[in-house]
Amino acid sequence: MSSQYFPHTPEDIAAMLERCGVGSLDDLYADVPASLRLKGDYDILPRMSEDEVRKFFKALAGENSQLTCFAGGGFYDHYAPAVIDYITSRSEFLTAYTPYQPEISQGTLQYIFEYQSMMASLTGLEVSNASMYDGTTALAEAMLMAVAHAKKRNRVLVSKTLNPIYRKVLYTYARYHGVIVDNIPEKDGVTDLVKMEKMLADGGVAAVILPTPNYFGILEDYTGVADTVHAAKALLIMTAPASALGAIKSPGEWGADIAAGEAQSLGMPLGFGGPYLGYLCCTKALMRKLPGRIVGATTDASGQRVFVLTLQAREQHIRRDKATSNICSNQGLMALYAAVYLSLTGPDGLREVNEISCEKAHYLAKRLEETGAMELKYPDKPFLNEFVMKWKLDTERFDNYALDNLGGIFPGLILDDNEIMICVTERRSLDELDAYIERVREIIDAPVANVEI
Amino acid sequence: MNRKYYGQLIFELSRKGRRGSYVKREDLPGMPADALSAIPSQLLRKEPLGLPEVDEPTVVRHYTNMSTNNFGVDTGFYPLGSCTMKYNPKINEEVASMPGFRNIHPLQDDFSVQGCLRAYYTLQKLLCEIGGMAEFTLNPYAGAHGELTGLMVIRAYHDSRNDKKRNVVIVPDSAHGTNPASAAVAGLKVVEVKSLPDGTVDVDALAALLDDTVAAVMMTNPNTVGLFEHNIPRIAKMVHDAGALLYYDGANLNPMLGVARPGDMGFDVMHINLHKTFSTPHGGGGPGAGPVGVRAGLEEFLPNPRVIKSDDMLFCEFETVNETTSLGRVSSWLGNFCVELRALAYILTLGREGLMMAGKLATLNANYVKESLRDLYKLPIDRVCKHEFVFDGLVDKSTGVTTLDVAKRLLDHGYHAPTIYFPLLFHESLMIEPTETESRETLDGFIAVMRDIAREAVENPETVRNAPHDTPVRRPDDTAAALKPVVTYQQMIADDEK
Amino acid sequence: MYYFTETHEYVNVEGNVGYIGITEYAQNELGNVVYVDMPETGDDVIAGEDFGAVESVKAASDLISPVSGAVIEVNEHLIDNPRLINEDAMKNWIIKVELTNPEELGDLMSKEEYDTKFKI
Repeated sequence: MSSQYFPHTPEDIAAMLERCGVGSLDDLYADVPASLRLKGDYDILPRMSEDEVRKFFKALAGENSQLTCFAGGGFYDHYAPAVIDYITSRSEFLTAYTPYQPEISQGTLQYIFEYQSMMASLTGLEVSNASMYDGTTALAEAMLMAVAHAKKRNRVLVSKTLNPIYRKVLYTYARYHGVIVDNIPEKDGVTDLVKMEKMLADGGVAAVILPTPNYFGILEDYTGVADTVHAAKALLIMTAPASALGAIKSPGEWGADIAAGEAQSLGMPLGFGGPYLGYLCCTKALMRKLPGRIVGATTDASGQRVFVLTLQAREQHIRRDKATSNICSNQGLMALYAAVYLSLTGPDGLREVNEISCEKAHYLAKRLEETGAMELKYPDKPFLNEFVMKWKLDTERFDNYALDNLGGIFPGLILDDNEIMICVTERRSLDELDAYIERVREIIDAPVANVEI
Repeated sequence: MNRKYYGQLIFELSRKGRRGSYVKREDLPGMPADALSAIPSQLLRKEPLGLPEVDEPTVVRHYTNMSTNNFGVDTGFYPLGSCTMKYNPKINEEVASMPGFRNIHPLQDDFSVQGCLRAYYTLQKLLCEIGGMAEFTLNPYAGAHGELTGLMVIRAYHDSRNDKKRNVVIVPDSAHGTNPASAAVAGLKVVEVKSLPDGTVDVDALAALLDDTVAAVMMTNPNTVGLFEHNIPRIAKMVHDAGALLYYDGANLNPMLGVARPGDMGFDVMHINLHKTFSTPHGGGGPGAGPVGVRAGLEEFLPNPRVIKSDDMLFCEFETVNETTSLGRVSSWLGNFCVELRALAYILTLGREGLMMAGKLATLNANYVKESLRDLYKLPIDRVCKHEFVFDGLVDKSTGVTTLDVAKRLLDHGYHAPTIYFPLLFHESLMIEPTETESRETLDGFIAVMRDIAREAVENPETVRNAPHDTPVRRPDDTAAALKPVVTYQQMIADDEK
Repeated sequence: MYYFTETHEYVNVEGNVGYIGITEYAQNELGNVVYVDMPETGDDVIAGEDFGAVESVKAASDLISPVSGAVIEVNEHLIDNPRLINEDAMKNWIIKVELTNPEELGDLMSKEEYDTKFKI
């Protein structure tokens, strides 16, 4: 046998070939022109034993540094209760496909329905789809959805305070789909709403995209913005890390039509960038324009309440080039992560995660200012648990601090020569916060030449 | 084991005051007790959170019960055509959950993530060898996302040559619906080319469509009927002579493992579904991964960020290297990394010997099932198939039993149904893909049941038409679901109150 | 006076006003209609271009306008009860249009021509 995954014995192969009426496995490929056939074997190593595979990956994992994380930037180190891994690794969930046969897929369908309900509540909107790949692509799909809804208008205004990674993905989708993206300038860390009004007045706007909190961690005040946007017949799209929605004003409360973003913060590991979970929610009026899978409730032939994939006439397998999107799948297993996480935290737990993150972030910001080496870049702007600090001392010391993982600390994301963005979640203990401050003090006190890099 | 349909939503188990998790609250010297209250109240949430309040044992039992109403590859045979539901090896799961991978923040500096970057780089190179391509990006999150990325590569290529009038993509009428949908998202117009009665692309019809407005021709090979497009060398030459590029939809790559490479067939750009060909679990619809490969000369158009090797160190490059040529960015980072790890583990476990056999065994299994059922199920195209094949319903349709009925009756016997009503070329399509990880005994069991159902359809058609009988729930009312969509618990409650 | 398209729409013309819907043949092919995607009053429709879609559970059909004109009314009964189309497709029109180019009617099929071509 050539692999532990292939059950075929030579006798099986011989008997099966006979039933097929061919003499050899190669004869099954008689229609593949000889000129196209592989000449010899792949230039790939022979198979590894399972023990070798395990050792190979252990060694690779050992080349990575697991750091105490004070960085965010769209990816958050929140605590994930043990139940999540336990449930999501159940093979009935893990090894199933899209629930095409509802009679034997109620598990998947039901947790997606629960996920949709939870996300609709978090975002303050009426409808959620069954999930998207990640936050960046979910926001890009929201943009395309708004442009499709607007019919002839194809201009989208995007705040410069939106995470630059998200902006880049928006540009890519826009460039090829024929959408014009105009940046709303940033002023003192927040969206320049006066400029936004002027840009809206220029006309042709399908949607305005705004973040909360914004890239710099600031909770922007969008009072009145929805009315301004709607008066211009445009849609308001908002994005927020899902976990923060347990405490901050939701897109629905702000009057947004669509909410799209990243839900990794709901119990998913950082995992070097994925898999994560994009959420996409909207008002009921826009439901038919929503891309992706949607699960709905109905009854079965015996009258009991059951769940099915619904509104499928929007989708690529029926509408082909007229579909709302090309997306076929959802991020099913990751939606289960979110559903289990939110079931465990409940409303009080999710609020508590935000309260503690917020408290600890403010504690760290205050203590760092007290060192005399740093100050908040936007001191009069409210933040939840992420903030930008400016370094007041020499650049060498900043580099020693910001580039230094030696203490096992990932100190934050460098935004500029002397600016760093720091994120604190509920996972960071008081001891870890104090160790961070201690490390900064050491760098301040040490003669520059003696600091290890 | 609990065969009873559980049927409750987590919200219906909620009782005020219960909690399934707690976080430690620490006294922070010199800080007020509640920092949130220091934030202006107009920036904070006022609407109550519609989340359930449940204890941990309730959560565990709820989701465990639900899982028993679900069917996965580990539960039983899953011959869902076009989806390649092969066995998902368990070592892959162990690898993907190693703390040295799962605790890594994507924005850590390159020196602290050399292991992650090496895994990415290694898989890139292996896929190049298997696909016959010069370079791969692993960033796209799924097959459809890979298609979209691949079409963007093609547009970036034409743009770089200032060849701006190419805005048409040609797809066969047998193509997956995703192909035209991806083209539309990428801003391209779709033109369909007809298939011949033998299921392959009509080369003459294609020739008539090729002109200087065509950006790309998308093909699946073997195609959605499971047949190898044997005219592919001629098609590739025609497409290239017209100045267009040839795109390989990797949905059906599995039977080509160990036999032929898309790059050698003349394809310029391709994607691979790691969740099909490379055994990563489907997870109830995702996460998957859809790496995109390109032939030499197209590397510069691939998306950022990319992994680059220099003096045995690996670096994650973003916008600096190829800002002007790259199509841009399609993902937040380097794709579904932990899915990539699983695929890498699979390739290393199979190794050269396993990879050389995988495709052939998949093809053997498909032909074995086809030959064992063709007297009872209508075989519209009588050729040696590859990894999958399509029946056009029962041979004896006199009692009106449809493909849907046969599919539902299979559920009663503990099998997942094949793909039904796709491809659109036949009215009663029933598309079967067994994959190479199924034993002869499993296939014999399935064949026997399929034969029983064919007999039952004649002798006792009502039983088949009303199937399934022995599943947790019966056939749902799809029409009611679509007429009055109820898509959240909140809405369900509101409707009940009305 | 009814006129028909190859794509199974009809327009019933009364003076300068046309009532556009789908044919009995089309509703029969689609099965249970669950949703009708309609334009808004005031929108323009153009002969040969789509102005909406009719959806069943597992299929959808674009609505191609037989004539050019301005939408003066949409059939709001179809919002809550799209199945009216299954009950009587010829009576339950989808949009009411003020024709801007009645000469286009000459390109359409008569009832006899349509019935001969698409016998149920």
